[in-house]
Order: sequence, then C-alpha cells, then structure tokens
Amino acid sequence: MQEKRNLIIAGSIFGVLAVGLVALGNPANMGFCIACFYRDLAGSLGLHSAGVVQYARPEIMGLILGSFVISLIKGEFKSRGGSSPVLRFIIAFFVMIGALVFLGCPFRMILRLAGGDLNALVALFGFASGIGVGGILLNKGFSLGRSYPQARAEGTAFSAAALVMVVIAVFLPMLLKASTSGPGSQHAPILISLAAGLIVGSLAQRTRLCMAGGIRDLFLFKDPTLLLGSAAVLVVALILNVATGSFKLGFTGQPIAHTQWLWNFLGMGLVGYGSVLLGGCPLRQTILAGEGNSDSAVTVLGFLAGAAVSHNFGLASSGQGATTAGKIATLVGFAVITLIALAVMKKQARS
Amino acid sequence: MQIVDTRGLSCPQPVIETKKAIDAKAVELQVLVDTIAAKENVSRYAKAAKFSVSTAETEYGWTLELKKL
Repeated sequence: MQEKRNLIIAGSIFGVLAVGLVALGNPANMGFCIACFYRDLAGSLGLHSAGVVQYARPEIMGLILGSFVISLIKGEFKSRGGSSPVLRFIIAFFVMIGALVFLGCPFRMILRLAGGDLNALVALFGFASGIGVGGILLNKGFSLGRSYPQARAEGTAFSAAALVMVVIAVFLPMLLKASTSGPGSQHAPILISLAAGLIVGSLAQRTRLCMAGGIRDLFLFKDPTLLLGSAAVLVVALILNVATGSFKLGFTGQPIAHTQWLWNFLGMGLVGYGSVLLGGCPLRQTILAGEGNSDSAVTVLGFLAGAAVSHNFGLASSGQGATTAGKIATLVGFAVITLIALAVMKKQARS
Repeated sequence: MQIVDTRGLSCPQPVIETKKAIDAKAVELQVLVDTIAAKENVSRYAKAAKFSVSTAETEYGWTLELKKL
C-alpha cells in the first residue's frame, strides 16, 4: 500500500516539476525528456554538431547525483557491474535511435500525451507492443547475465563525472557548446533545472519508478503497482496543462513532434523492446547508474553514442517526419536487438 | 528447500525466476537477492501469490524465505 502511495506522490511531483520547467523555459512538453537531454548533452560536448540541440542539461546531472546521494544516505548504494556491458551499450544505442525517431523517451511520451499530442498515444501502443515482445523473450529465458560486486571506485566514477559536468556547466560554461536557437536554446534557469533533477533523481531512486517497468509488470505479473507512477505523471501534468491553457488535443501542429504514425509506433516500439531487455527505461537506467550500477552507466554511454550518431548521420526525426536513414536505422535496431536476444538465449539453452 | 539464486540479475528476472519456481508447485523456497528493488519486487509478487515472506539480511544482500499460506 505504502509503495503505491509513494509512487503516486512521486509521479505527481514529477508532473508538477515537468510542467513547471516548461513554464520556466524548457521546450514544450519537454519538462523532462531523458533521451532529448542526453542528445543535448552529447551536443554540448561536441559529440554531434547539430547546432540547435546542444546544451548540458543540468536535469540529467541532477538525476544522477540525486540518486547517488540518496542511495548513499539510505545505504542502498552498491558498486556492481559486469553483466554484458557491450551488449547493453549496443541495445542502448538503438533505444536512443528509436527515441529520436519518435522525438522523446517514455517520460516525454507521457508528457506529450498530457499536452494533448495524440501522436504520443500511437507511440504508447508501439511502446507497449515492444515491451510485450521483450517480455515474451524474458519469459523464455532471456538474460544478459549476472552482475557482480565491483570496487567502490567503479560504481562512483559515473556520479563523479556528473559532478564535474555540473561544475563546468555552472562555472565554466564557455567550455561547452550551447545552442543559440532551437530546442537547445530553450531552458529553465540552470540552478532550477539542477534542483528539479535532484528532486526527481532522489524520488525515482526511492520509488524505483520506471516507465517501461510499469507496463512490463502488468503484462508479466498482472501487477499494476509500478504503473501508478507513470499514471500519476500523466494525470497531474494533464490537469496542469489544461489549467494553464497549454493543452491542445490533436495530431497536427504539436511541438517538437511529427505525425507519421508508423514511425512514431516503431520508434517507441524499439525503445520499449530494448528497455525491457535492459531492465528499465532510460530514466531508470540513469538512476541505477547513480546507485553504483556500472552496467547502467555503460548503458547511458550507449545513449550518448546513439544520440551523437543520430544527429551526425541524420537519423533523428524533425517536425517534418522521420528521415529515410532514421527509418532504416530503426529497422536495423529491431534486427540487431533480436539477434542479440537469440544469441544469448541459444547460449543459455546449451549451458 | 529449493533455493532460487537471483543475485546479480537485472529487473525483472528475480521475479520471473521466483514465479517459475512457484508455478512448478514449490511450497517452500529461499530466494537470494542482492538489490533492494529485487527484494521489494519478489516480496510483492510472493505476497500476491499467497506466500508468507520472511527476510534475513546476509553478506551479499537478503535471503527471502517464502512459504505457501
């Protein structure tokens, strides 16, 4: 009961913060978008050169550090890793490509839905379908193998890197690339973004909130507990959007979105498929990385690499729709992740 | 007693392994977990499947003793 109540409270706070960040300057329906924020971070580090999406989003560093600090305080920080890091990197790489074909991670999908963007509803069906397929593979024995305890330095290094990024973003911003136009130029004041990230990071760590896990647990175990978190985000953000007049129901004219239903469905399908095999959505991976899980830290590096390649090679969609290269990359992503799954399941069948 | 070792496995494999044991008619089992999320998820699933759960802290994490109610 308490678990459910905490998830609803945390999800509601996420909804309030997400709408608040947009009011304070973040792009529309992008109070939080883990995929977009890693894309912007990759741009700020010069990993890609799309000038409109470059900004070291303090929310991301806040998420990592919030999870790191609260898990230390609560004695839940644990250095561990070694569960197929390279396979995780590759799966994460394609999860990011899928997210950028849709134009959002599961978190932003919910926020887009709360803003009345019906393209996100199509994507939600894709996301759930991807999770369903991944769930079948998990039931058939898919596993990336066990992780093992690691030296404290291994689990801490990622959070230390996040702290360095915060220091650079606050005191030496001239070292980083920053957009002067486009979504990358739209952001809430830096310290407010950081604080929002810290709050969401610590609450997500405490409640284990996961956008993929909610649907997965419903499919696999008929357990709706985890889904309550995402549902609370949707309801609260929806109410606030309606109250502030930012709710606009429809498919066309939605901010940072396109209307190609097939690619919204498949893009998010790829995100759901990959996320469930990784053990959690991009938000959850970020939180786990802060808790000392170095496999999730490698997963995040996969997200950054996927974002960089997406923008360097024109895979990411625009308001006009998905690109040919992006469509091909999405299909390749399904094929590669399926090959990985078959390969690890075959090995397990033999052993 | 049947021992289900889920240490080091990603979400939701600890619950899947527990479910498999329960579906195979286990009435008493020990589940070894090493993360707090796995401990919570397995406990929640076991209670929903009408098992009692007693938790003991160990060097690596927790041992959950599940008994059919």
